[in-house]
Amino acid sequence: MSIKTSTAQGAGQDSPKSATAPLSAAARLRRVHWYQEPRWRRLGALLALAVTLRLMTGEEGTTQDLFLALREDFTGVGLWVWLAIAVAVWAVREFLADQTSRAVKGTKKVSSGPLERVRQVWSAGKRVRMGVLTAVLALVVFGPLGVERYWQQVLVDQIAIFVLLAIGLNVVIGWAGLLDLGFIAFFAIGAYSAAYWTGALPVQPPVALNNFLVLPIAVLTCLVAGVILGAPTLRLRGDYLAIVTLGFHEIVYLVAKNADGVTEGARGVKVERFSVDLGFFSYEWKLDPMPYYWLLVAFVVLAIFLFLRLEHSKVGRAWTAIREDEVAAAATGVPTVRYKLMAFAIGASTSGVAGVAYASKVGYFNPENFAILLSILVLAYVIFGGMGSIPGVLFGAAFLVWLPEYLREWVDPKDRYMYLGALLVIMMIYRPQGVLPSRRRKRELQMAEAGIGGADATGPAEGRQP
Amino acid sequence: MSVTTDLKKEPQGGEPAAPVVLELRDLRVFYGAIEALKGVNLTVRRGEVVALLGANGAGKTTTLRTASGMIAPREGQVLLHGERIDGIKSHDLVRFGIGHVPEGRGVFPRMTVRENLQMGAYRFKSVDKADMDRVFTLFPRLGERKSQLGGTLSGGEQQMLAIGRALMGKPEVLLLDEPSMGLAPLIVQQIFEIVKEINEQGTTVLLVEQNAAQALRMADRGYVLETGAVAMEGEASELLSDPRVRAAYLGEGA
Repeated sequence: MSIKTSTAQGAGQDSPKSATAPLSAAARLRRVHWYQEPRWRRLGALLALAVTLRLMTGEEGTTQDLFLALREDFTGVGLWVWLAIAVAVWAVREFLADQTSRAVKGTKKVSSGPLERVRQVWSAGKRVRMGVLTAVLALVVFGPLGVERYWQQVLVDQIAIFVLLAIGLNVVIGWAGLLDLGFIAFFAIGAYSAAYWTGALPVQPPVALNNFLVLPIAVLTCLVAGVILGAPTLRLRGDYLAIVTLGFHEIVYLVAKNADGVTEGARGVKVERFSVDLGFFSYEWKLDPMPYYWLLVAFVVLAIFLFLRLEHSKVGRAWTAIREDEVAAAATGVPTVRYKLMAFAIGASTSGVAGVAYASKVGYFNPENFAILLSILVLAYVIFGGMGSIPGVLFGAAFLVWLPEYLREWVDPKDRYMYLGALLVIMMIYRPQGVLPSRRRKRELQMAEAGIGGADATGPAEGRQP
Repeated sequence: MSVTTDLKKEPQGGEPAAPVVLELRDLRVFYGAIEALKGVNLTVRRGEVVALLGANGAGKTTTLRTASGMIAPREGQVLLHGERIDGIKSHDLVRFGIGHVPEGRGVFPRMTVRENLQMGAYRFKSVDKADMDRVFTLFPRLGERKSQLGGTLSGGEQQMLAIGRALMGKPEVLLLDEPSMGLAPLIVQQIFEIVKEINEQGTTVLLVEQNAAQALRMADRGYVLETGAVAMEGEASELLSDPRVRAAYLGEGA
C-alpha cells in the first residue's frame, strides 16, 4: 500500500515542469489506490457476497412491512456471522496464497490448486484412470439404488435426460462453436416422434411401433430437421445463428401448442412407456424409476463413447480449426460447411434421443415441457461445467439440475432459481472456463485475458468474418 | 480468342517455356454490383515465381481468392493444367495441389505450432514427418517454438507458420497473399528468401504484394493490376526498370 503511494508521488516529481497542477494528469491516472489492489478487491467481493448471502438466507419479506427483511437482516447477528466467515475465507486464502507463491518461486512447474494435483495423478498412469473410471461407473450404475424414491425420480426425469441433452449440445457449441439456442426444439421433435409412431397422436402412423424402434426414426427425423435448419443458416455465425435457432425453436413450440388436430395442442400427449417383446423375452418398464435410469445411463455411455471417438478423430480437429479460423480451415482443406452441418445434426439427433426417452419415461407431456427456458438452461449447464469437456458437461448438467431440487428442502422453493442465477454469475466472474474445463478452452480464456482473440465461444478468433 | 493471345505471348527463342500450370482467363468477379475484376488474364508456368502487384483495391487479393476457389467468378475460367477448376470450393482445391496462404496469415491462434502444421496436412491420412522436418528446416524459428500457441507468435513467425502450414499440404502452386503485410523490412527479406528457396525446391509461387520492389527482385515475371484489369505485364526485371512502375509503385518521381 505504502509502496504504491510513493511511486505515484515519484511519477509526479518526474514531470514537474509540464504539469500545471501539482500532480500531473499522467501521474494521477497512474496512481493505484490501495483498494484497487487485488487483495483488497477480493476482500470487498467476499464482503459483498456475505451481505448477499445474508439477504438470501435471511428473513422473508412481506407485503405488510416492506422493509422488514432489510431491517431484520442488517440488525441481527446473522450478518456478522456471514461477514466473519467472509473475512476468515479471505484471510486463509491470502495467507495460503503467500505460502504457495513463495514455495513455487524458482521451480519450473507451477501447480495451482488441488485440481492440478488431481490432474497430475490422473495423467500419471493408465491403471489409475481405468480404476477411477470403473469406480465412477459402478457408483453411477448402482449408487442410486440406495437413495430415496423421490431422488431416483429426479435422477431419471431430469438429471439423466439433461445430461444427455448437455452432451449433445456440447458437440454443437463446445466443439464446433455454433451457438444453438433452439436445441430443445429437437428434444420436442424427438418426443413428438415417439408420440406419433406409437400411435398416441390424433394422426395415426402407417404402423404403430415400439418405443425402441422409434429411437432410430427420431434420430433420423432430428438429423433431417437439423440439416434442413442448418443448411441455409450455418453460413451465419455467432449471434445471427443464435437468433435463427431461437426462431426455429419458437416455430416448433408454437406448432406443438396450436396444431390441436395433430399434436393435441396444450392438452398434451399420453405416451406408452418403454417395453420389449421379443417373443422369448419380454419386459415392460413400469413405475419403478431404476430400470429407466439404467436405460438412460446406457444411452449416455454410448453417446459419450461415440463422441469421444469423434473428438479425437479428424472430425474433431476439423471442428477445432473451424472454431479457430474458418477461412484458414477452408484453406487447409477442411470442408467447413459440411462439418458444421455434421455437428449440428449430431447435436440434434442426441436431443431427439433424449426426447424419445423423456416421452417414454414420463408417459405424458405437453408443449410447456419444451419451453425456451430449457434451451437456455442446457446451455448454462454446458458452460458451467466446461464447454468442450465431457467430464465438465456431465458434472455441470448433473450438478445444476440437482441443485434446485436439493434447495427445495432448504429455501423457499420460489427462490431456488435465484440461487442458481447467483451461482452462475459468480462462476462466470471467477471461473469462466467452467468447473472442469477442456485444455483448449482454458487456453482460449488465458489468451483472451492476454489480449489475443476473443473469449466468446463462437466468434472467429480474430474477429474476422468469413 | 483468349487462346490465340496466349499463344502470341510464348517467348520466342531461348529456352523452351515450361508448361503452364495455372491460368486465369478473362476473369470477371463481382461483389454485388461492383465489378472487382474486369477480365483478368494471367498465366503461371511451372517453377516460376509470379508477382501480382497493384495499389489498394486494384483486385490483387480478389484475383488470388478466385484462383484458390474462395470466390467463384461470374465469367471467365480458372485452369489448372488446362482443366477448369473455377467453381470448385477452396477446401476441395487443396487436393488439386493449390496451397493458399490467406491474407492476414490466419494461423489457428489457440493451436500450437505443431498442431497448426498438422492441420496443414489435413488432406492426408497421416502427417508426413519429412514434411514437418522440412518446414522446421526452412523456418528454424518455428522449430524452436513447436509447442507455442500460434496466437502468441510474432507477426513474422505467424507468417512463417502460415506458409509452413500451406507447405504441409504438398502444394504444386503456392498462392501467397501479401506475406510482407505489417512486417519489418528485415523479416520481409527473410521470408522472401525462404519463399525463393521453396520455389527452388520445386513449388510454383503466385505472390500478391504491395511491396513491389522486393517482390519483383525475387519474381520471374510480374503483373500489375489497376482497377480490376491487368495494366502491365512482363519479365520482373523489365517491370523493375519500367519508368511507369517505378513512378507508381517504387515511389520515384517520373
